[in-house]
Amino acid sequence: MSKFKKKANTKQDIPTSALPDIIFMLLFFFMVTTVLREVTINVKQRIPDATQLRKLQRKSLVSYLYIGEPKKTDQWGSEPRVQANDVFIEPKDVILWVTAEKDKLNEVERDQITIAMKVDREAKRGLVADCELELRKANARKLLYTTIQELDE
Amino acid sequence: MARNKGRSNPEINSSSMADIAFLLLIFFLVTTTIANDRGLSLQLPPNPEDIENIDIKIPERNLFKIQVNSADKLLVEGDPLENVSEIRGMIKEFVMNNGRDPESSDTPKEAIVSLKTDRGTSQEKFIEVLDQIQGAYYDMYAERIGVTNKRWRDIASDLTDPDNKRLYDEGRGLKDGSLEFPMNLSIAEPTKIGG
Repeated sequence: MSKFKKKANTKQDIPTSALPDIIFMLLFFFMVTTVLREVTINVKQRIPDATQLRKLQRKSLVSYLYIGEPKKTDQWGSEPRVQANDVFIEPKDVILWVTAEKDKLNEVERDQITIAMKVDREAKRGLVADCELELRKANARKLLYTTIQELDE
Repeated sequence: MARNKGRSNPEINSSSMADIAFLLLIFFLVTTTIANDRGLSLQLPPNPEDIENIDIKIPERNLFKIQVNSADKLLVEGDPLENVSEIRGMIKEFVMNNGRDPESSDTPKEAIVSLKTDRGTSQEKFIEVLDQIQGAYYDMYAERIGVTNKRWRDIASDLTDPDNKRLYDEGRGLKDGSLEFPMNLSIAEPTKIGG
């Protein structure tokens, strides 16, 4: 027996002290390359609850409008604003925005564009209705108020 | 036994496996955005400039009026209402009246639910009321084809399936190109009274 034991005194452990560094490197790589969200939302989004939700089938046909109080109130004031893509727009600019969004779609699908409105619960109806009126003028009449599923009692 | 001579157990240190797993977990937690493409679906009326300005007289009995003021207080058919969830039952009763009660609607086809808000009404209240109105209609549609409300909404969300399309048309009573049971929901432009 002693014959076998004699030679087994070299260490064969793989040094793992550098492993955390490798992992961190991977983590940073993914953090830098992954696109998390397409737009940074600059308005407060406390989405209201509802029970009668319906699902959108074609995500590619959906464009988002964000409405709510700006997060940076010292810069933008506390009055609710409309955000499309990355900028604040006025309700009258919604037509232009819809046209731009429609141009991104296939010609046959342009009429099927759906506007998903993500409206903060504290936002007032006046502003939302102004946007809706512009949407009607822009002939983008499919609308979805994004809501969260409320649990039935 | 003799073949193992001169070798110690080659074992890869796996103590950092947990770290790798945690890392992956955190990575996916961060990058996954929960799909939130669900909400209250609505079809807007056409461009107001394209509509010919014809005064259509709608008999009072065929109108179900819901008004919300800037303080989020409700007025339903002229009476104040505290509990929003009562609207659902009231609409069902109103639409399914079929001319029995002279104060209520003639037929489901002619029944119109009118929702008028103020510019100062909060979106939260509006959604709450809209939810009740749509809920009432979805309940009635679902009942007509004998499915649950949830199933009806699934059907209505996916009309590419011919079976769903058939059930959807049946529920809404599509006959010769016109609906016998349309969801006549009129959302009026907000008033500017309340400050």
